[in-house]
Amino acid sequence: MKHNKFLDNICLFLVFTFLFLPILVIILFSFNTSRLNIVFEGFTLDWYRELFNNTSLLIALKNTLIVAFVSTIVSTIIGTISAYGLKKYNFPFKRVVNELLYIPVVIPEIVLGISLLCIYTLLKLELGMFTLILAHISFSIPFVIINVRSVLENMDPNIEQAANDLGANKFKTFFYVVLPSLVPGIMSGAQLAFTLSLDDVVISYFTAGPGSNTLPLQVYSMIKTGVTPDVNALISIMLLIIFALLMISAIVNLRKLKYEVTR
Amino acid sequence: MKKVIVKLENFSKNYGEKQVIKNINLEVYEGEFLTLLGSSGCGKTTILRSISGMDKPTSGKVYIDSEDVTDLDPSKRKVNTIFQNYALFPLMSIEDNIGFGLKMKKVPKKEIKKRVEAMIKLVHLEGYEKRKPKELSGGEQQRVSIVRGLINNPKVLLLDEPLSALDLKLRKKMQIELKQLQRKSGITFIYVTHDQDEALTMSDRIVILKDGNIEQVGTPEEVYEQPKSLYVADFIGEANVFNGEIIEKNEKNDVVKINNDVNILIASSNHNLGEKVKIVVRPENIKLIKESKTEKNLCGVIKEQIYDGAFTKFIINIDKLVIKALFIGNDKTFKVGDNVYLKWQVEDAIVVGK
Repeated sequence: MKHNKFLDNICLFLVFTFLFLPILVIILFSFNTSRLNIVFEGFTLDWYRELFNNTSLLIALKNTLIVAFVSTIVSTIIGTISAYGLKKYNFPFKRVVNELLYIPVVIPEIVLGISLLCIYTLLKLELGMFTLILAHISFSIPFVIINVRSVLENMDPNIEQAANDLGANKFKTFFYVVLPSLVPGIMSGAQLAFTLSLDDVVISYFTAGPGSNTLPLQVYSMIKTGVTPDVNALISIMLLIIFALLMISAIVNLRKLKYEVTR
Repeated sequence: MKKVIVKLENFSKNYGEKQVIKNINLEVYEGEFLTLLGSSGCGKTTILRSISGMDKPTSGKVYIDSEDVTDLDPSKRKVNTIFQNYALFPLMSIEDNIGFGLKMKKVPKKEIKKRVEAMIKLVHLEGYEKRKPKELSGGEQQRVSIVRGLINNPKVLLLDEPLSALDLKLRKKMQIELKQLQRKSGITFIYVTHDQDEALTMSDRIVILKDGNIEQVGTPEEVYEQPKSLYVADFIGEANVFNGEIIEKNEKNDVVKINNDVNILIASSNHNLGEKVKIVVRPENIKLIKESKTEKNLCGVIKEQIYDGAFTKFIINIDKLVIKALFIGNDKTFKVGDNVYLKWQVEDAIVVGK
């Protein structure tokens, strides 16, 4: 059968269009003179200017970033140590615990959100930044554990013994030998935790309180009153930052790959 | 009097229900190359791990340099281990790998650098300092792992089948290198292997283990020429085994009746008249002759002639008994199907008990 290259390219183009058209539309409309995200009337930078005057939106952005950074750092630390402990030490029902880890991952967010709200009410915790961050930490931890654990599974157990044999105590062994090997798992776990926190609506909806409005919540609530184009501008800026970060990581990876190939 | 550097005292180890080491006592002398030899599951690695501290004995004591270290953490013992799979730290450069032990001891950086350099020179890996372990070949990685241990000046270096992942040629080369390294450094080596050739070529003394017991301890010559048991005779080198019965005891010799009503002479043994014994004769000690002149010799038929360059091996059938005989070079005196008589010196017949 003759291979149709033209057809291949068409398919590829369609897939990419399907993936990126919505994003392109948002960027396009952030420069639109019309208030409505329906037709493109003319080019303007007004929405970017307006964005920096929209305090409630900027506060939401600030909250989102605080929550994302704090919850990522805390959940990455807890998740990494947990993964190591789960691998290294034996205790009763270890297998059960290992399987239970997947429950927060597959459980519907709405269930987790309601459960957390229940607990907070029981403990008489006032909803706010603290409860929000706590919620984000709790749903991020399993993702970190699962990522770190997959790296741990492939680690040579003799390496730890070798370090111990060469005079390193448990702490030094972990710090000098185990931790550096875990970096890829930790990074991908942290990345996942960060993105999950950044765009979470459902759980945040239940666990946020006054003064801890996040960007996704803010945008979500705008739907009732109408989404203003300055949100488009904000999203475009965020996309630009994410795109830049992705490019940097791609270049670094490519360099590493090239280095290994030329060896 | 040689100084004892490692001592195991009434040492036992259980894994669950199973006892893998059964109450052994062992002394290792300073500066010697001692090999723990045995088939897989004989407990040789367990012994090594107990000396390094990675495993604790179920009962008994471990001494290193007269100090009871039974409950001491591996990091505090003055021994280092070389692993079968090298266990180099994958993200560290070669020099950081080698210097790791000194770094843990908080040796000044300048001195670490100097000593690492000397070690790299010792194993001829100049120019590899900044590379990662992955970029080195198996033999090079093993050399790194050996000096990573040696740099700490351990009282004992423990080697757990360090050459088994290498191909035959490289293994032979590394055997010599290791032996030289040991002689130069003067450090005691305790070497675990299942390869009897390796044990014979490298060791000062060999400990042969079987099912968690020490079967025999001795120099390579002793264990090869005077095996204490059939297991040792069979495990080290090749052995022809005859079942017999002592029928006469003279001043110098015992007469043993073996199969086919053939009587052979052995050097006086401590076995009694009428006792059943097993006699071992090494293949290279067997001579073949075409005709038996005086005494009654074993007679067999050559079934197989195997030529492998340096040696020619004959497989001879005596009724149901299969005998191996080994000759240097390409022996053309005999061919398959020939009837031959077997001869050996009296002292080459070794009695190994029942």
